[in-house]
Amino acid sequence: MAYPENLRYTKEHEWVLVEGDTGTIGITDHAQSELGDIVYVDLPSAGTKIAQGASLGSVESVKAVSDIFAPVTGEVTAVNEALTSNPEKLNQEPHGGGWLVKVKLGAPDELSKLMSAAEYQAYIGG
Amino acid sequence: MIRKTRLHLVQNEGLLFEESSPGKKAYQLPGLDVPAVDPAAVLDGQAREEIEGFPEVSEVEAIRHFTRLSTYNFAIDLGMYPLGSCTMKYNPRVNEAVARTEGLAWAHPYAPVEHVQGCLEVIHRLEANLAEITGMDAVTLQPAAGAHGEWTGIMLVRALLESRGNPRKKILVPDSAHGTNPATAAMCGYSVANIPSNAKGMVDVAALAAAVDEDTAAMMVTNPNTLGVFEEQIHEVARLLHAKGALLYMDGANMNALVGLSRPGDFGVDVMHLNLHKTFSTPHGGGGPGAGPVAVKKHLEPFLPTPRVIRGKEGFEVVENLPQSIGKVRAFHGNFGVLVRALAYIMAHGGAGLRRATADAILNANYIRKHLAGHYELHTEAPSMHECVFSDDKQSPQGVRTGDIAKRLIDYGFHPYTVSFPLIVHGALMIEPTETESKQELDLFIDAMKSIAREVEEDPQLVKSAPHRTRTPRVDEVLAARKPILRWRP
Amino acid sequence: MLASLGLSSTASLYAHLPGEALLGRELAIEPGWSEYEIVDWFRARGEANTHFKASFLGAGVYAHYRPVLVDTVVSRGEFLTSYTPYQAEIAQGTLTTIFEFQTMVCQLTGMDVANASMYDGSTAVPEAALMAMRITGRDHVLVARSVHPEYRQVLATNARNQEMTVDEFGYGPASGLVDLAGLEAKLSAKTAAVIVQSPNFFGCVEQVRALAELAHKHGALLVVCFAEAVSLGLLRPPSEADIVCGELQSFAISPSFGGPFAGVMACKEKYLRQMPGRLVGQTVDANGNRAFCLTLSTREQHIRRERATSNICTNQALVALMATVFMTVYGKEGLRELALQNLSKARYLGGKLRRRFTGAYFNEVAATPAKGTVAEANAKLAARGILGGLDLGRFYPELSGNMLLCATEMNKREQMDIVAEVMGA
Repeated sequence: MAYPENLRYTKEHEWVLVEGDTGTIGITDHAQSELGDIVYVDLPSAGTKIAQGASLGSVESVKAVSDIFAPVTGEVTAVNEALTSNPEKLNQEPHGGGWLVKVKLGAPDELSKLMSAAEYQAYIGG
Repeated sequence: MIRKTRLHLVQNEGLLFEESSPGKKAYQLPGLDVPAVDPAAVLDGQAREEIEGFPEVSEVEAIRHFTRLSTYNFAIDLGMYPLGSCTMKYNPRVNEAVARTEGLAWAHPYAPVEHVQGCLEVIHRLEANLAEITGMDAVTLQPAAGAHGEWTGIMLVRALLESRGNPRKKILVPDSAHGTNPATAAMCGYSVANIPSNAKGMVDVAALAAAVDEDTAAMMVTNPNTLGVFEEQIHEVARLLHAKGALLYMDGANMNALVGLSRPGDFGVDVMHLNLHKTFSTPHGGGGPGAGPVAVKKHLEPFLPTPRVIRGKEGFEVVENLPQSIGKVRAFHGNFGVLVRALAYIMAHGGAGLRRATADAILNANYIRKHLAGHYELHTEAPSMHECVFSDDKQSPQGVRTGDIAKRLIDYGFHPYTVSFPLIVHGALMIEPTETESKQELDLFIDAMKSIAREVEEDPQLVKSAPHRTRTPRVDEVLAARKPILRWRP
Repeated sequence: MLASLGLSSTASLYAHLPGEALLGRELAIEPGWSEYEIVDWFRARGEANTHFKASFLGAGVYAHYRPVLVDTVVSRGEFLTSYTPYQAEIAQGTLTTIFEFQTMVCQLTGMDVANASMYDGSTAVPEAALMAMRITGRDHVLVARSVHPEYRQVLATNARNQEMTVDEFGYGPASGLVDLAGLEAKLSAKTAAVIVQSPNFFGCVEQVRALAELAHKHGALLVVCFAEAVSLGLLRPPSEADIVCGELQSFAISPSFGGPFAGVMACKEKYLRQMPGRLVGQTVDANGNRAFCLTLSTREQHIRRERATSNICTNQALVALMATVFMTVYGKEGLRELALQNLSKARYLGGKLRRRFTGAYFNEVAATPAKGTVAEANAKLAARGILGGLDLGRFYPELSGNMLLCATEMNKREQMDIVAEVMGA
């Protein structure tokens, strides 16, 4: 799967899409493929404050739990409710319909610490 | 070639609720010899309607139901169960018989002590036997299972350290440890620090020396460890911990490698638990019950949970009031029925027999190791005790993983070995035969494993889609977790 | 076998152990006994216990008849000698019976989901308290003094090293029921759970609905625990509770000096992810047929390690199977009739005694001997082959001089008449 140019990526395999002061957060295709069939997603509720690098929730496969680390600091404004009943969306559309939360960005200058699509691909390829 | 199994007829069976018909029953009660009361009149508005959906079957339907279901199970009575670290040995039936001795099975824990001297003697004798086997000074039989014993043991550590003025902050756990160890430490209010293993699969003593400090409460070590390797530097591990005022906890899951040969109390362990449903042959029962006695050295004895059983002048006594005790970890006297079975096992073996069982367990594991090395990648050259660990490195290039090999083993008439554990071995196959398997059964197992190794080369898909000969083929665990259905509904 | 390993003796198998770790002698345990000697020794120990013709002692461990089918089923090697059903393809027998167990526990308790069992009632209580703390994010637990004293003691031990504060609330000195005003006074925004038992330790039936309203008003969860499972055949299920836990010993599990028993943990669906212990779920196999497997394991220690909901691993599967067979044998009609017999016998007995409390009761009753001490009354009963009741003073100093007596389907009218005579109503 291609890694969209308009996303920024973390070493822990999350991505963020920035549109104005809103960031949409998800996990990468590489992450979902390593995890295997995702069966449950544990996400914060709207209003929760999250900090770059800290855990914002977790995703579970049948036999593993993985933390999701926030790629950016901010406050959660929306949660992808579709994942509650259809966690497989994370496997199917990791960079689109499988988004996790939207946040109001708290520290836009953090984005410079994240990787571009090309850098991320080199990172997981290496 | 599959020599041990062939297919046979299996009956289908629905759920009890689906098999029920209104009015059917499988019970008889004697006639009531007192006036029947009207529940609605005497229960203060708390009487219930009928129990919706509850079973209604006849006696013959009930017994057929459970008998048919039983035929869907694998069991030790059907064949070898080489689950590493689980010690699935034969469960002698005399143990079941004595646990049903009427005077013991119907004893009430609150009957005055003079009426339950027989039960108290069982407890007292088993405690003494386990103290001798472990080389420790005192034993509590209260914990209901291994994890419960771990929790009790770490609570004792904490109580001792508190009495010295500081409970400390962290527990060290080797990266090869059972998951219960870190979970237990967390339940006792400790943080967990992982200690890496060295190339031989043993605790890295240098890493331990660097990690242990005045904040360290204890280290939890499994010996032999989950690779089946005796921690040859265990004395040094104990010395490093004790020098900093920390304690050495031993997870006794692998005690089947040591009974009669080597005693934890003699190699520096302060506190440990045993799993009677592993080492001492009490049946696993599809997941329990077990019992997880905890053995301690003298300095931890004052903190043991209550009640304690002592031999007094006029017989056995139950002591409840111990000021330094951590309190009760379970009501009554622990899983007494399991204790009876374990004591019967010890009696049947005696001191020499226990030692011989241990030697046979080690022999069987090494026999398997010797004959499978070359077909599967041996994880470590360090000598094996009662279990041996391979990896799927030879098979994974064909796309076959340890879990696939395990499922194919089922077709050959064996329960799988322990899959993907310990976590420090990528693609682990952890094999523990126990002493109760004959050479014939071991040879069949070895043949099966070799045959599967050939299948991996010739027809990997056959292995990857196994099992093929069971009533139920592979089960969709992903669906079960994504859409949980945890009870029957009409 | 040794030869094939190139070894000459078994001692060479462990020659690599450090010398100081080797036990240089035989264990000081008598040489092995024959099967007959073992059976004989335990028979003699059974005889060293006093044999009573009848027992009126309950207090968390009850004498109920065990249908023959129960031991017939659990003695089958396929159940007795199988491991935890991680390999679903060859464990459908155990998995199906656990699924049925979970279903029946839900039907009895009015909860949505139940796990595969806990160790026993006493250890289920602290697990329920911890679960309520995870759900509410609060750390204060209020437990009724009328909850089984040993369950409360186990809870206290658990609280030692957790971020848990436990406080107790009392019972009405006349009714024996929870003191609602006393509870309300202690409820606060810190309260994670209110824990009550029904029937409570004194045998009295609590008003679960009112307790739930009170707990929920303060944002706390209501945990209802039970020690006498037969009562569920006749009592309204505690559906208003958030978590129900308890003890199934009454369901064909021998008193066995206190164990092994089987604990229950059930809850509302929305709290499922915080429930400890194993769960069996329904799914399909590769042929599309219904099948069962262990599920939602990510809550457990072997995956989440130090962040697991509990460290529980081994549970009480075979004992839970006993209870499952018991529930099947008695079934819908039988459990009700059995409970009705217990209630009727206890009412007969209670009607002849000086009852200590006024609250409605199921099959246990607190009573005061007309004269003399509880020990004296029990000694008189023992002399007539009857095991008497529990001296409540053992756990409740304020109730010393009172006895807790239990009547089940196994107590005959003439035995109850002897008790009444000795108690001197």
